[in-house]
Amino acid sequence: MAKLHVSTTINGEPAEFLCEPGDTMLDALRGPLGLTGSKEGCSSGDCGACSITLDDRLVCSCLMLAVEAEGQDIRTIEGMAHGEHLHPLQQKFLELAALQCGICTSGMLVASDALLRKNPKPSEEEVRFWLAGNLCRCTGYDKIVRAVLETASDMREQGTRESWQ
Amino acid sequence: MNIITNNKWIGQRTIRPDGADKVTGRAAFAADTNMPGMIWGKILRSPHPHARIRSIDTSKAEALPGVKAVVTSRDIVDFPVDKSVMLGIQDMRWMCRNVMARDKALFPGHPVAAVAATTEAIAARACELIEVDYEVLPWSIEIDDALTPDAPVLHEFIKFEGKPSNIAGRLEVKKGDIAEGFKQAEVVIERSFTTRPVHQGYIEPHACLISVAPDNKTTIWSSSQGQFMVRAMTAYLTGIPQSDIRAIPAEIGGGFGGKTIVYLEPLATLLAKKSGRPVKMVMTREEVMRATGPTSGSKSTVKIGAKKDGSIVAAQGTFYLQAGALPGSPIRGAVGCSFSPYDIPNVLSVGFDVLSNRSKVAAYRAPGAPIGAYAVECVMDELAEALKMDPLELRLKNAARQGTKAAFGPVFPRIGYVETLQAARAHPHYSAPLGKLQGRGVASGFWFNAGGESSAQVNITEDGNVVVTTGHPDIGGSRAAIANICAELLGIDYRRVSVLIGDTATIGFSNLTGGSRVLFASAMVVTQSTDKIITTLRERAAKIWEIDPEAVKWENGAAHPASPNAGKFEPLTLAELAAKAPQMGGPIGAGVQLNTEGAEGGFGTHICDVEVDPELGIVRVIRYTAVQDVGRAIHPGYVEGQMQGGVAQGIGWALNEEYIYNRDGKVDNPGFLDYRMPVCSDLPMLDTVMVEVPNPKHPQGVKGVGEVPLVPVMAAVANAIHNALGKRFYSLPMSPPRVLEVIEAKA
Repeated sequence: MAKLHVSTTINGEPAEFLCEPGDTMLDALRGPLGLTGSKEGCSSGDCGACSITLDDRLVCSCLMLAVEAEGQDIRTIEGMAHGEHLHPLQQKFLELAALQCGICTSGMLVASDALLRKNPKPSEEEVRFWLAGNLCRCTGYDKIVRAVLETASDMREQGTRESWQ
Repeated sequence: MNIITNNKWIGQRTIRPDGADKVTGRAAFAADTNMPGMIWGKILRSPHPHARIRSIDTSKAEALPGVKAVVTSRDIVDFPVDKSVMLGIQDMRWMCRNVMARDKALFPGHPVAAVAATTEAIAARACELIEVDYEVLPWSIEIDDALTPDAPVLHEFIKFEGKPSNIAGRLEVKKGDIAEGFKQAEVVIERSFTTRPVHQGYIEPHACLISVAPDNKTTIWSSSQGQFMVRAMTAYLTGIPQSDIRAIPAEIGGGFGGKTIVYLEPLATLLAKKSGRPVKMVMTREEVMRATGPTSGSKSTVKIGAKKDGSIVAAQGTFYLQAGALPGSPIRGAVGCSFSPYDIPNVLSVGFDVLSNRSKVAAYRAPGAPIGAYAVECVMDELAEALKMDPLELRLKNAARQGTKAAFGPVFPRIGYVETLQAARAHPHYSAPLGKLQGRGVASGFWFNAGGESSAQVNITEDGNVVVTTGHPDIGGSRAAIANICAELLGIDYRRVSVLIGDTATIGFSNLTGGSRVLFASAMVVTQSTDKIITTLRERAAKIWEIDPEAVKWENGAAHPASPNAGKFEPLTLAELAAKAPQMGGPIGAGVQLNTEGAEGGFGTHICDVEVDPELGIVRVIRYTAVQDVGRAIHPGYVEGQMQGGVAQGIGWALNEEYIYNRDGKVDNPGFLDYRMPVCSDLPMLDTVMVEVPNPKHPQGVKGVGEVPLVPVMAAVANAIHNALGKRFYSLPMSPPRVLEVIEAKA
């Protein structure tokens, strides 16, 4: 069967790719699009290492068909920093040692950013339940939760939200 | 001893050298790399727990368009069963049979053939076309089943007490006279425990990309806990000399011990060699769960006897650990570590390595020690209750100290176990009020830690900055700690130090990332290398100033005259000396290779609060404090991270994680939905207290910190549940159905 052609927007840029009908969005990102920041930990939507946003909605790209990207707006970890400037969440993860091996980090950051866009003032419990779909085996989550809470607080104080949208 | 005080960088929470790559998605993990002309490898796995392989017909698979190579056990170097060939702690007799079944398939998921094809889909289809003629054999999964007199014996050549047996080994440590010791006891507690196998649970599945040139020159890109282990094991199993293999360590997405052996690399190497194409292999999560790791399930009995004043006079432990289908369970950790927190005159600790038709176990964070400590620390809690003593007081009364002879051999130097108990007792957590259905438990733990072979190369760049290369995959922040140490010694900003992990062709032999050895050993070789560089820098400054090198000191990143008598000269900075290097003797760099010694054991004491939901049987950890003697926290953020991560894994082991087998002898929960690791909403914040009792045998006082924090957790949780419910649990996991069983048994 001939491959399918998909036109979409990835991290604000128009993008096109070819895929098989059964390919997942994660296959397309990691394959033809060369965006390997999204990771495959389970391919069943349980680990969240492949988290992306689809029209601002947080999804596991392993559970989404690549063809579903047609005409949509996709954001991945590769689009999180602005040029040489890290997103405040990225910076805070580094400052608080909120990553160890780093394999879950892309998904954690994408998911955390999606949370703060929806809810700029989350409670600890809200952070914990929002990130419950992102497995981390190294950190015990403590420093990740602290990093998200501190970033939210910093961004509220500094009014940096707008510049990152 | 050269413990540095007033540090500028040691002890600072610096930004890790690999950090920006990891928060932007740039870091290249094993599955993130491709090569031109690359094809895909897939494995055909046994559906049976135990089966003789009569024949394998690969002709249909080979005829499928797109298939480029097929390999079976005939392609793997055979290590005859009658002669042990050790590589570290692994026996190649078992490794060659683990990567590919030979005469028998030994567990569901055991590889029987591998295929490389132009797409993953074709490779998968080709696996289905391979015809394997199996003679299905009786099998056993659980320890008790494997030890019955009529149990199917996995390997006729393995004998115990003269007969073919599923007991593959026995290990004993002994101190004093155990019978005499128990005669003196006034209170004796003896209990039996079981634990289930649990997986390391790294989020990154095993993966590799391998190219083999026609002259056998082999490049391996894979994620592992040791590129030199990958090189050596692949060489042994493929027959390619080590000198022809370059193993490049990808960033590793978690290991916890589970990536200290190879699964894919020998198969992908043979497929690449046969096909003439680079071969990429990536395991699915289901393959990871069925065919890699886990650590042992266990069955143990622990008996401890004490005088009425609380002094322990005798302790005995018997530990049966599952090896999986090939020998090698971590009985050493269970037998050696369990009683080590205590100064006990009479100890007998015995372990048995038990075979059954499960995947071969792999190391998991302090291998064996958490299993032993779970039993011992639960019995300690009952002993404290029987003696009407506070459980921390009982531990303090019997605590191992400097001069205590551990049952497994060594006499402890200055150790910090007592300090962990005192810190736990003084912590506000220990006296915080508890609510209804809440309980508090404590437990301690010990891990040996390890030294061994490490190499480092430190080079000064022409612009006066520093590149450090070591040979250990960085699994949790070791590069950040190495940058701190090198910057401290050179007196420069840590951001001027780049820390890289070399491949097998670019750095000297370095043993595995494991045993909590990496920073201990790396710091030694990096310190010695940096000291050599400082000597060179002083010599060069001395030459420029025409004074004696002894009259030059190195301080704040520059050479200075050592005293007013040495003469008056403007300091020469690292950058200035680097710029003069071509005229002053050439490049500035130094490498050191050592077999490091002096890794002293580590101790921790944990406090856990739980709340039990008696309707649902759900246990929630509501507060947790881990106290540990960390030697010296070179980068406190990553030391805390090790402690928190170990605790989280232990909570999973205690409350939910287990392999569930169905009637066909297969794992029924080979995915993250049903193999339930802790998620963010399952846990509270995890408090840490780092007690720093520097290791007297290390230049910076470093002790291993990565493994100790898993050891006490299961007992701390079990003891907390007892405190909440007044009921003891003797098996893991304490999952909702089991908690309900115990609660309902009460009514």
